[in-house]
Amino acid sequence: VQNKYLTVTALTEYIKQKFIRDRHLQSVMLKGEISNYYFHQNSGHMYLTIKDNKSQIRAVMFRGENQLLKFKPENGMQVLIEGKVDIYEERGQYQLYIHKMQPDGIGALFLAFEQMKEKLQLKGYFELERKRSIPLYPKHIGIVTSRDGAAVKDILTTIKRRNPYVQLTVIPTVVQGLQAAKSIANSIKMANELNIFDVLIVGRGGGSIEDLWGFNEELVAEAIFYSNIPIISAVGHDTDITISDYVADVRAITPTAAGELVVQKWDSIRDNLQQKKQQFKYNFQSIINKKSEKLTRYKSAYAFHLPQQLINKNKYDINQHRLLISKNIKNKLSQQKQIFLFMERQLKSFRPERQINTAKNQLTQISELLNRNMIQKIEKQQQRLNDYIEKLLLLNPLEIMKRGYAIPYKENKIIKSVEEVVENDRINVRLVNGQLNCRVEEIERVDIVD
Amino acid sequence: LTEKNELSFEKAIEQLEAIVKQLENDEIPLEKAIKLYEKGMNLTKACDDILQQAQEKITYILNENGETIPFEGEE
Repeated sequence: VQNKYLTVTALTEYIKQKFIRDRHLQSVMLKGEISNYYFHQNSGHMYLTIKDNKSQIRAVMFRGENQLLKFKPENGMQVLIEGKVDIYEERGQYQLYIHKMQPDGIGALFLAFEQMKEKLQLKGYFELERKRSIPLYPKHIGIVTSRDGAAVKDILTTIKRRNPYVQLTVIPTVVQGLQAAKSIANSIKMANELNIFDVLIVGRGGGSIEDLWGFNEELVAEAIFYSNIPIISAVGHDTDITISDYVADVRAITPTAAGELVVQKWDSIRDNLQQKKQQFKYNFQSIINKKSEKLTRYKSAYAFHLPQQLINKNKYDINQHRLLISKNIKNKLSQQKQIFLFMERQLKSFRPERQINTAKNQLTQISELLNRNMIQKIEKQQQRLNDYIEKLLLLNPLEIMKRGYAIPYKENKIIKSVEEVVENDRINVRLVNGQLNCRVEEIERVDIVD
Repeated sequence: LTEKNELSFEKAIEQLEAIVKQLENDEIPLEKAIKLYEKGMNLTKACDDILQQAQEKITYILNENGETIPFEGEE
C-alpha cells in the first residue's frame, strides 16, 4: 500500500524530467514586461517577473549571463528573452532561466541612444568649449545628405533664395538603413580630405527613429568630432534629436533651418556694408566738424583778432632786449680795458734788465768768493796732508829701527814676551838693513811697572 | 578662386567696424583720422567690389572619384 504513494521529491523530480524532455520548454523565446525586478548584490544574480496583461512567470538571470547586458533592466520595460523553463525543486516552482535579454522594439533603440549619449558625454564629445564657430561669410558649403529626397532640396533652395552667390556642393550620402552610419562618416571624412569647404551641413529629412538611426551611431559621432570643418547637424524635425545634433557645432532643427542659419541674406550683407560705410563716413565727418569748430574758436581768440597788438608788444620786448644787450657789452668792454691798463702798468714797472744786471753782479761776487774759499780750502788741506805725511814718516818702523831698534821673530812671528821663547830657541832679529839669526842663550825676565 | 576675396570680405568688414569704433573718439589726431578715413574708404571699396563681382554659382555634386560636377537634380 505504501508503495502506491510518491515522495514530494520523487514527484518533483518526475515533473522536472517532463520539463527537461520538452524541447520547447528548453528553448523558449518570450516577450513580456519586467516587474518585481531585484538585483542581488552579493551573488550578482537578477530576479524578476515577466508578465503580460493576463499572466506572469518568475524568472532569474544569473551573474555570468547578465554581465553581458548592454542596458539596465527596469520595471515596466518591454523585453525579448531567450531562455528555458525549469523546476526549482526547493520551492516547487517552475521558473524561467534567462540566457539573453534585450529591450523590445523602439525601446531598444531608445536605450541604445541613451547609452551612447552617456558614453560620448563622458568622452567630452559634447563640450561647448570644443565647438567650432560657423564662419559668417562661408564661400563654399558642403551638404552631406541623400542626393534624392526633400532634405537636399530644402537646403539648396533655402540657401539659394537667401544668397545665390555661395558655392554649394552636395556630397551624396546614404542616410538610411544599415549602410547609413558608414556612409555619413565617410562623406564627412572625404569633405575634410578635399579641404575646400568652409562649413558642412550633415542631415536628412524626418522619419522614424529607425530611419534616423545612422545619425545616432558612434561612427558618425566620431567623424563629426574629428572634423576640421565646422558642422551643422540638421536631422529630421525639431522633435528628433540625434547624437550627431549633440556632437555638431550647431544644431539646426530642420534642413531648411540649416540653410537659413548657414548664410546671411545677400541683401542684409549689402545693407550691413552700406550701414557700416555710412557710420564710418559720419564718424569721420563729425571729427572734422569738431576740429573745425575748435579752429574757429581759436581764430576768434584775442591774439588772432588783433595781431598788431601782439607784434607791437614783441617789438617793444625786442628793443628792450637790444638796449640791455648793448649796455651789457659796453660795460664789459670798459671793464676789460681797465684790467688791461692795469696789467700794462704792472708789467712796465718790472724792468727786467736791471734785475738781470744785479743778478749778474751777484753771480760774479759769489763765484769769486767761491774761488777764494776753494783755494784756501785746498791749501789748508795740502798743509794737513803734509803734516800727516811727516807724522807717518815718524811712525814708519824703518825710521824707528834707524834709531837702533830691532824686532825679534820666532818662526816669522814677532816675539812680544819672554814667555814665548825657551833657551836654545832659534830666533831672528831684524835690523834696519838685515837680520841676525840667533840662538837664545839665557832668558832674563824683567817686571814692567806701569 | 573667390577664396581670397571672400576671406578679405570678412576681414574687411571686421576692420571697417574697428575703424568706425576708432573714429567714435573725436579726440583722435587729425592726421590719424585722415589715415583711418583713407583705409576705411579702401576697405569699403574692396567690399563693394566683392559684392559687385559676386556671380550666381551653380550647385555641384561630388562623384565617386571625389570630383565636383554640376548637380542636375535641381529643378
